[in-house]
Amino acid sequence: MSQYTEAIVLGLTAGFIARLYMLRTDYRNYPSYPHGYIIHLSLGAIAASLAAIALPALLEEEYTAITFLVLCAQQFRDIRNMERETLMKLEENTLVPRGMDYIEGIAKVFESRNYLVMLVALVTSGTVIYGGFSLGILSGIGMILLARFLMRGSFIRDIASIEPGRLHFEKSLLYVDDIVIMNVGDPAAREKILREGAGLMLHPYDDDGRAVLNNLGQRQALLHDISMLVGNKLEIGEPEWSPAARKNMETGALAIFLMPNEKDMGCIIEAAKRTPVLESAVQKPLASTIGKEAAD
Amino acid sequence: MKDTILAAVVTRQNADKVQGMNSIFIVENETEQQRMALLLSRILKAMSHDLENGVTILVQH
Repeated sequence: MSQYTEAIVLGLTAGFIARLYMLRTDYRNYPSYPHGYIIHLSLGAIAASLAAIALPALLEEEYTAITFLVLCAQQFRDIRNMERETLMKLEENTLVPRGMDYIEGIAKVFESRNYLVMLVALVTSGTVIYGGFSLGILSGIGMILLARFLMRGSFIRDIASIEPGRLHFEKSLLYVDDIVIMNVGDPAAREKILREGAGLMLHPYDDDGRAVLNNLGQRQALLHDISMLVGNKLEIGEPEWSPAARKNMETGALAIFLMPNEKDMGCIIEAAKRTPVLESAVQKPLASTIGKEAAD
Repeated sequence: MKDTILAAVVTRQNADKVQGMNSIFIVENETEQQRMALLLSRILKAMSHDLENGVTILVQH
């Protein structure tokens, strides 16, 4: 067993560091409750240790150990349920909720991160066994960076251009540029909206982007992320300040209205740009011949 | 229930424009109408919408 000690220790360390690194980079997805960190780091450590001993166990012809590893790996599926349940409970008390699609996306990310940790640990321990300690360290670092690269999704800035939109009223109807948002009955509220509200226009680059912006879950994710980063004046019992996203059905452009705490258009646009494109919102009509022909 | 009209606020001269509702509030002028709509909006946690014919409705979204 001792001949594999280096491999196991290095594999475990690389896997754990990978989990720590991925936890650090997800500040937007992560609801900042410190105990969540402990949960995910412990599960990451378990995943890393499982994967690190997988290869040595196989080489020692301990096939039963491998079966148990597979059984343990199944348990990681529960991480998705755990994250989903937690976030859905928090959702009830959030003024601008994330929406089901965003929660599902976050839950999926948390589950897949553990599999990536296992991959990092497995490859690292394997490299130590066959290539030696220093090569193992190099491959560990390489794998951590690769895991980071693999987890990088796309953002709204990749699929649409974002510009400030002009808020104005036609009688009681609130518009952002040419898109109707809602009817506001109270004249005082109209004045406040014109004074303190912010409007954004998102123009998709192509039909794939248009399909993403068409998704209601994606729109809710946009509203949530922007509200989280620049604040939102929405209050219980005062629905006039509710953020809203409506599309122009002719062009697919999306208009967003919100009442930010800080009306800094640069920051609001940046917040919209950095909203992740949800996995469940991605559709690729242009990848099909029908979609391509219909688009021109 | 979503998108329900909870109340209507209407000035006396437009009173015939709303019928068949449980909660119709008749007011004397537009200033009073706006004030009444705001009060009801906060009390009912509903949004006031202007129908642009002198009638304001309170809708629970």
